[in-house]
Amino acid sequence: MEVYWAIAVRSFRRFSTYRIATLSGAFTNTVFGFIFCGVYLTLWHTRPGLGGYDVSDALTFVWLQQGLLAPVGIFGATTTVELGERVRTGEIAVDLYRPTHLMLWWLSVDAGRAVFQLLARGGAPLIVGALVFDLNFPSSPMQWLAVAVAVALGILVSFGIRYLVALSGFWITDSRGVESMALVLSLFFSGAILPLVVFPGWIGEVARATPWAATLQVPIDVWLGRNPGGVGSALAFQLVWIVVLGLAGRMATVLATRKVVIQGG
Amino acid sequence: MAESTSLRRAMAWPGQYRMLVMMWIRSSLAYPASFALTLVSTMLITGTDFVAVVLMFSHIESFGGFSLGEMGLLYGTASMTLGLADLATGSIERIGQRIRTGELDVWLIRPVPAFIQAVADNFALRRLGRPFQAGLVLVIALGHIELDWTVAKGIVLVVSMLTGSIIFGAIFVLGAAFQFISIDSAELANSFTYGGQQLTQYPLSIFGKDIVRAVTFIVPLAFVNYYPVLFVLGKPAPLGLPSWIGLLAPAVAVAMIALASVAWRGGLRRYRSTGS
Repeated sequence: MEVYWAIAVRSFRRFSTYRIATLSGAFTNTVFGFIFCGVYLTLWHTRPGLGGYDVSDALTFVWLQQGLLAPVGIFGATTTVELGERVRTGEIAVDLYRPTHLMLWWLSVDAGRAVFQLLARGGAPLIVGALVFDLNFPSSPMQWLAVAVAVALGILVSFGIRYLVALSGFWITDSRGVESMALVLSLFFSGAILPLVVFPGWIGEVARATPWAATLQVPIDVWLGRNPGGVGSALAFQLVWIVVLGLAGRMATVLATRKVVIQGG
Repeated sequence: MAESTSLRRAMAWPGQYRMLVMMWIRSSLAYPASFALTLVSTMLITGTDFVAVVLMFSHIESFGGFSLGEMGLLYGTASMTLGLADLATGSIERIGQRIRTGELDVWLIRPVPAFIQAVADNFALRRLGRPFQAGLVLVIALGHIELDWTVAKGIVLVVSMLTGSIIFGAIFVLGAAFQFISIDSAELANSFTYGGQQLTQYPLSIFGKDIVRAVTFIVPLAFVNYYPVLFVLGKPAPLGLPSWIGLLAPAVAVAMIALASVAWRGGLRRYRSTGS
């Protein structure tokens, strides 16, 4: 266990060295936050109570979403993109050589990244947003705790998806095509382009059942206290996807390890 | 004599750009299936923004006074101009990496201007996905808008695509020039390019007067598509501005080229190699 902790700490430190990149990323999130606020103010002004959100729910959604995009890895994350590159170039052989579990190794790397980005980038847009708009905050310690758990579970679900995408390179030579298809699904079904509560009819029902919903929409709804079935079922929904993706990831790792042929020496 | 030499040099630029670009196109077409897949997924990724607008219109009839067809026109022009600018100049945003790795030094000693190498660097044909997708939305949108077309409106719309692309392109270059000062700030320019596209796909008046002022007088994003589209649709301009303000887009584009050129040259002059 110690080794995974050490990896996570080093990954955290590595990302903490990109200071200006982090700052300009947070700035971009804030700019997009204001644009989305303009759009959602118009939308919720025309249709008050749309999707069960009031105006301040919609605005809070925007700032939480902008803060969580990078930590959760909605557009993909440096860590799992690197894993995909290592599979492509064959450097993965070195990883398989280590006396550690491949998935846990990369989970630790990703966790270090996510925690740093959550601390450095997660709060900044929210603070700016709260200065300008009237936003909603969790009202009890229990709700804060639920938010923390939901965000952590969201990151785990996201990692589970990204890990499978990166490992797809074992079977198709170039995983970049799969990476971009995964990005389309992630953008569309996570709530990154529009809150899933606004998706009409069956499209909405399908979207809210996907694992991507568990990465962004569900944690934000826990913050807002707007989960249709309450917090318990929201967390259970995330856990189910973590189990499914975790087993799939484990299976993919075993199959991939069997497949690898290391040449040269 | 000196003048004619520099003119002759400038005449060679389009050819040099084409040569570098063709090289990258050949390399990306080496794996046709992978290329086709990334082209399609680029169309889908960039198209999700408009899907969001269509989904919104399942709940509303008009957005800030614009119908879905008119929103399509705004979206299509915003996405088309950013897409073309990104295709032609977007690679320049990697200049920070080039500075860090020292590759810029190599560019500087080659007999082709660093600017041309920077915009052609890693030219990604898959970026055509955004203009393709924007063109598709535009065609469908134009079919849904009832409008008395005149020659003047047609010209304004077509010219605005060109001038809008130039304005976005100039912003890409300005962002890259800023990386000479702050090497890790690539994502900062995204606020104005991708952020600008996100902003200009909506009727700007919904963002309030201050934003409209800012994107008219400070960062002239409103001239990319909003004012020209208002002219084409015959809608009044905000802030009591004259309705022909959209016709100023070419002048704004020229000013932006001048500004970007000064900034790029300044950045390059300020550049000190990492020295490795």
